[in-house]
Amino acid sequence: MSKLLQVENLVKNFGGLTAVSNVSLHLDNNELVALIGPNGAGKTTLFNLLTGVIPASSGSIVLSGENGTYPLNGKRAYKIADMGLSRTFQNIRLFKNLSVLDNVLIAMTSKFKEGFIPTIFRFPSYYKTEARLVAEAKKLLAIFELTDDVDVLAKNLPYGTQRRLEIVRALATKPQILFLDEPAAGMNPEETANLTQLILKVQHSFHITILLIEHDMSLVMNLAQCIYVLDHGSLLAQGTPDEIQANPAVIKAYLGEEA
Amino acid sequence: METFFQQIINGLSLGSIYALLALGYTMVYGIIKLINFAHGDIYMLGAFWGYYVINVWHFNFISALLSAMLVGAASGVIIEYFAYRPLRRSPRITALITAIGVSFLLENGMSYLFSSNTRDFPQIIKQVNYHIGGVLISNIQILILVTACVLMVLLQLIIKKTKMGRAMRAVSVDPDAAELVGININWTISFTFALGSALAGAAGVLIGLYYNSIDPLMGMTPGIKAFVAAVLGGIGSVPGASVGGFIIGILETFVQSIGLSAYKDAVVYFVLIVILLILPAGIFGKNTKEKV
Amino acid sequence: MKANVKYNLVWLIMMVAGFYLMNTLILVGVIDSFIENMLVTIGINIILATGLNLIIGFAGQFSLGHAGFMAIGAYATAIVTQTASTPGGFYASIFIGIVISIIAALIVGVPTLRLRGDYLAIATMGASEIIRILINNMKITGGAAGMFNIPQFADWPTVYIMVCVTTIIIVNFIHSRAGRAVKSVREDEIAAEAMGINVTKWKLAAFVLGASTAAVAGSLHASYLQTIAPNDFGIMESISILIIVVLGGVGSITGTFVAAVVLGVLDTVLQNFGALRMVIYAAALILIMIFKPSGLLGTWELSIKKIFSRSKRKERVES
Ligand SMILES: Nc1ncnc2c1ncn2[C@@H]1O[C@H](COP(=O)(O)OP(=O)(O)O)[C@@H](O)[C@H]1O
Ligand SMILES: [Mg+2]
Repeated sequence: MSKLLQVENLVKNFGGLTAVSNVSLHLDNNELVALIGPNGAGKTTLFNLLTGVIPASSGSIVLSGENGTYPLNGKRAYKIADMGLSRTFQNIRLFKNLSVLDNVLIAMTSKFKEGFIPTIFRFPSYYKTEARLVAEAKKLLAIFELTDDVDVLAKNLPYGTQRRLEIVRALATKPQILFLDEPAAGMNPEETANLTQLILKVQHSFHITILLIEHDMSLVMNLAQCIYVLDHGSLLAQGTPDEIQANPAVIKAYLGEEA
Repeated sequence: METFFQQIINGLSLGSIYALLALGYTMVYGIIKLINFAHGDIYMLGAFWGYYVINVWHFNFISALLSAMLVGAASGVIIEYFAYRPLRRSPRITALITAIGVSFLLENGMSYLFSSNTRDFPQIIKQVNYHIGGVLISNIQILILVTACVLMVLLQLIIKKTKMGRAMRAVSVDPDAAELVGININWTISFTFALGSALAGAAGVLIGLYYNSIDPLMGMTPGIKAFVAAVLGGIGSVPGASVGGFIIGILETFVQSIGLSAYKDAVVYFVLIVILLILPAGIFGKNTKEKV
Repeated sequence: MKANVKYNLVWLIMMVAGFYLMNTLILVGVIDSFIENMLVTIGINIILATGLNLIIGFAGQFSLGHAGFMAIGAYATAIVTQTASTPGGFYASIFIGIVISIIAALIVGVPTLRLRGDYLAIATMGASEIIRILINNMKITGGAAGMFNIPQFADWPTVYIMVCVTTIIIVNFIHSRAGRAVKSVREDEIAAEAMGINVTKWKLAAFVLGASTAAVAGSLHASYLQTIAPNDFGIMESISILIIVVLGGVGSITGTFVAAVVLGVLDTVLQNFGALRMVIYAAALILIMIFKPSGLLGTWELSIKKIFSRSKRKERVES
């Protein structure tokens, strides 16, 4: 059986700099995988390639679905999002001047279609679709304890809540795979602990695959079933948390640097 | 072939005036990201000043040119101080509308004070035509080209070699950081306006000589053309503004010479759009893609 | 559902009341033909500026070419109603104007809407000038002299109804799934695209919708004034529509209404000042911008829904 997401020999060059070099990896259904590596290793760039934000220089990305496989290379980001790959951003990119509810509703745009004429002239079907949409968004917001904030502008939320909302927004696209780019960055230990619980909850109640970039090693070791280590654009190692912690190359390149 | 060179000569003279104007747009844009809509009207002020001092005070060409540059510089600084400085932290579109307001004010204020009639610009320099290998070139064309080129070289020297020029470049890259290293932002912006507006004042006198007629609305069309030139060259880029100015001047004269003068502006805009589609930030502009 | 019907009913009543108010004021002679003229001009400006506000304020795309689309509508009506001089012909001409302006907006928008900020502004301005220059050089449009004696089918009720219809369309577009998509493009294109928003499509949707309402305004303009010339649709016209949008508040449709009225009245009052008129106008513009940098209303919006829920809350507190 083929993997959910199969990445082969992915390369990204920025002028002379090879930010991602020959990376191959795969993700399985309902798996929680971590991607670690020092700053500048190419982790965010890899996310950008997988979610179509920037095109790859070469290599292939293939998604397996119920009815076969779909190549994702060269597809535009919104198409890839439609196919079930969603993400958060390292430096939060919420729709700042829109409400919490709108942020989530926007992510559901392509899932609820309503024609131009019914929308413009407010046919009953418009109100029906809109009500279903809002109900679903509020349900999602309730799960993440954001019900009280639905009308707050995203930019007025506290930092930790903004991170949470970004995860909710990503989930609203109904992804099969969720990419989280340093979700715990800038959080205190208590917030990080809450976030750990939240990520577990997401994985279990939404039955999705998560690929997580994180520098907080306790979080990574607690959560991940499998870890990929990236260094200077190349995969340095992969394995279970225990294997990674014992890997001398990793300790030298990454963990050693921290100590 | 001869007509080709003839058109090049004509295009270069017109283009050098667009280039002088475009430099002012590009410098101001580079430093405060404002499309200074009133820039074309400073050029009108320069032309009127030249008209006045030559007729009334019998200035010669050089003193008329230099004093028009001073007047241009002063008006630029005053406009910036009163109209743009209060809006430095406001949305950019607000400052743009203010600039449009200033432009209306100058155009209509001048019409109100001195009537909107067209006037003949005094010909302080007698036109002499030279035939060089079948190409007709007038001393005024040469004068315009030489003056424009001298001013552009001077400008480049000021920007690259002087302390003030360094400050200008610093502020245009990052105003907050520039302030931290002790650069006086207000001074630098005033200086930029003075420099750009001086060039516009000079262009005003030159165009008066070339076309021999001036009026209070004369800044409108060349102003927009020069702005297009600045965008074409990559707004914020000084060499870009010069190159853009020459390209538009030459393009216009060529389209005119093949009998399509009715479509002159359409061709200019079409070329502009095509160039922007290929180079979204103009010829010399840096297309900065946002890092995610 | 019930609540929605209530809000829509309030809006409808307000629109009908406004109509009868105007009708009465005209009948008793409070509104003479001079003021009627002013009100019609304000109405046409409202149509133009709400469309531009959709493009600039909500989709975040700086377009400076609105006059070009207005010209298309104006010339469609002028040409069609000269041969088909009936109300039917007039409405057909509006439709034709809309269709042509949609095509033009697609031709202009597909390549240029990938440009950013001021580059987009200049490209759209250029495109609009190209439209004007083409009209200026065509036989069927009467060249630079323009067209005269266009039959008058647009009277103030037509304009009033069209203001209502176009505003309903634009406001309902903004407050819908489409409007949210468009606003997400303004906020952050990369995040929007990553959330499944087809950024190109939604930019284009806002641009095309704005262009088609501009064509309607052009049709009304031609039919009401009965003469048009290419120079009515130059850069300065695009700029004066932009001024209404910014003065009212970028992103506030209510603000656009207020600014169109304020500027329309100001313009009429200033007619008495002769040559000083434009000087005062310019000074007023500068001062308003300096003292109200985000426009008269900022992003504030009149909402019946909010008023209702506020008064309900008050009742609850009081009882
Ligand atoms: N858009 C870009 N243009 C040029 N270089 C880039 C771009 N994005 C990232 N890089 C470079 O690629 C390298 C990897 O960056 P990134 O993927 O952000 O690393 P990480 O997320 O692992 O910290 C860095 O050297 C960075 O400067
Ligand atoms: Mg990163």
